[in-house]
Amino acid sequence: MITGNFEYHQPGSIPEAVALLSKLGDDARVIAGGHSLIPTMKLRLAMPEHLIDLQAVKELKKISVSGGEICIGAMTTQAELIASDELHKAAPIVRETSLQIADPQVRYMGTIGGNVANGDPGNDMPALMQCLNANFTLSGPDGERTVNAREFYEAAYFTARDDLEILTEIRFPTCTGGYAYEKQKRKIGDYATAAAAVLLTKSGDSCESASIALTNLADTPVYCEEASQQLVSNGLGDDSVKSAVASAMGQIDPVDDNRGPAEFKRHAAAIILRKAIQQAWARA
Amino acid sequence: MSKQKINLNVNGQSVTAEAEPRELLIHVLREQLEITGPHIGCETTHCGACTVEMDGMSVKSCTIFAVQAQGKEITTIEGLGDPDKLHVLQEKFKEHHGLQCGFCTPGMITRAHRLLEENPNPTEEDVRFGIAGNLCRCTGYQNIVKSVMAAAEEINNPESAT
Repeated sequence: MITGNFEYHQPGSIPEAVALLSKLGDDARVIAGGHSLIPTMKLRLAMPEHLIDLQAVKELKKISVSGGEICIGAMTTQAELIASDELHKAAPIVRETSLQIADPQVRYMGTIGGNVANGDPGNDMPALMQCLNANFTLSGPDGERTVNAREFYEAAYFTARDDLEILTEIRFPTCTGGYAYEKQKRKIGDYATAAAAVLLTKSGDSCESASIALTNLADTPVYCEEASQQLVSNGLGDDSVKSAVASAMGQIDPVDDNRGPAEFKRHAAAIILRKAIQQAWARA
Repeated sequence: MSKQKINLNVNGQSVTAEAEPRELLIHVLREQLEITGPHIGCETTHCGACTVEMDGMSVKSCTIFAVQAQGKEITTIEGLGDPDKLHVLQEKFKEHHGLQCGFCTPGMITRAHRLLEENPNPTEEDVRFGIAGNLCRCTGYQNIVKSVMAAAEEINNPESAT
């Protein structure tokens, strides 16, 4: 399993990385943790002529929480997300999700930026970011811009990121209330058969706000605005949860693969989402 | 593609290798540096047989280009113990029959070493979760988990060793 030939570059700053990517264009790929890209290169599904490794760009490795906002640098690894108590206090759903990604060795290397920017529908972070209403900062030759996670994903491996842009950081509001990331998978290290991210806040007995997003049930993550709104309008009674789940199921489009037929995935997705809603409500 | 010079610290020794950018860390360790403890099992990031420690992280050396490891500290099974003085994990794997064919063992022990560094007092569940990236096709894991738990016990209470 040998990859194609490439030239290796290691820029030391964001401007240097952006300039390099602009110069090399389509022949170059940015590498973060490499745990999606290297396997893809071994299969020769990707054969970049240049790899731009971001490991030396120190400003991309950070977690900060201030003024109700969390900012995470793209090169922050899943192991670092899990280890951060500050982040856990501000958004516990991030640790819960990160612990369900791959295995320990992969989590030491895999980064949040790679996970969200790759556009793989199997990745767990994209749905989480939609659930958290995160904004992605993209740096390119024309400067910086921000794209919301709910508008970022266009199709499998196609995102709003331009080929000459680098995703540099992720911002989202701190969480209050209940949370859950529930994932059905065949074994540790596998992508989800179905997974759901849910955030709920409670006011008395009623649901004040809700946010639901799903993983690996379409060619992009699926943000379920209508289902979320139904929980706010109708509460968390059995009938309301049932109809919110039905609404979310109306948005998914799973395909047959070795994780099972589409019908089975629909069945699993409904159970996983109901579990996630109940868990988030119990924690709210 | 021209070769690049790669400086590494492997098991406490500074070494230099020359590799094309596409050569994986496991290839450089095994073929150039003749460090053959880390094994190539699946070469697809699944099995963990190639696990080494890099700057305090357990990593699968089949999924890192050697050039990415420039300047880093690498520890392999060879750096943990030797035949005359086994590491406590090696001792316990021997004692508790934590291996059968032995192919996964270097990766398993290297991973368990980092796990105990970070969590010296693990529960059985912690151990199972912590070695989930290492596959063993012989043992069914029971004795591997027993061996790691015994090593933790020995490290924490050297006096009460069984």
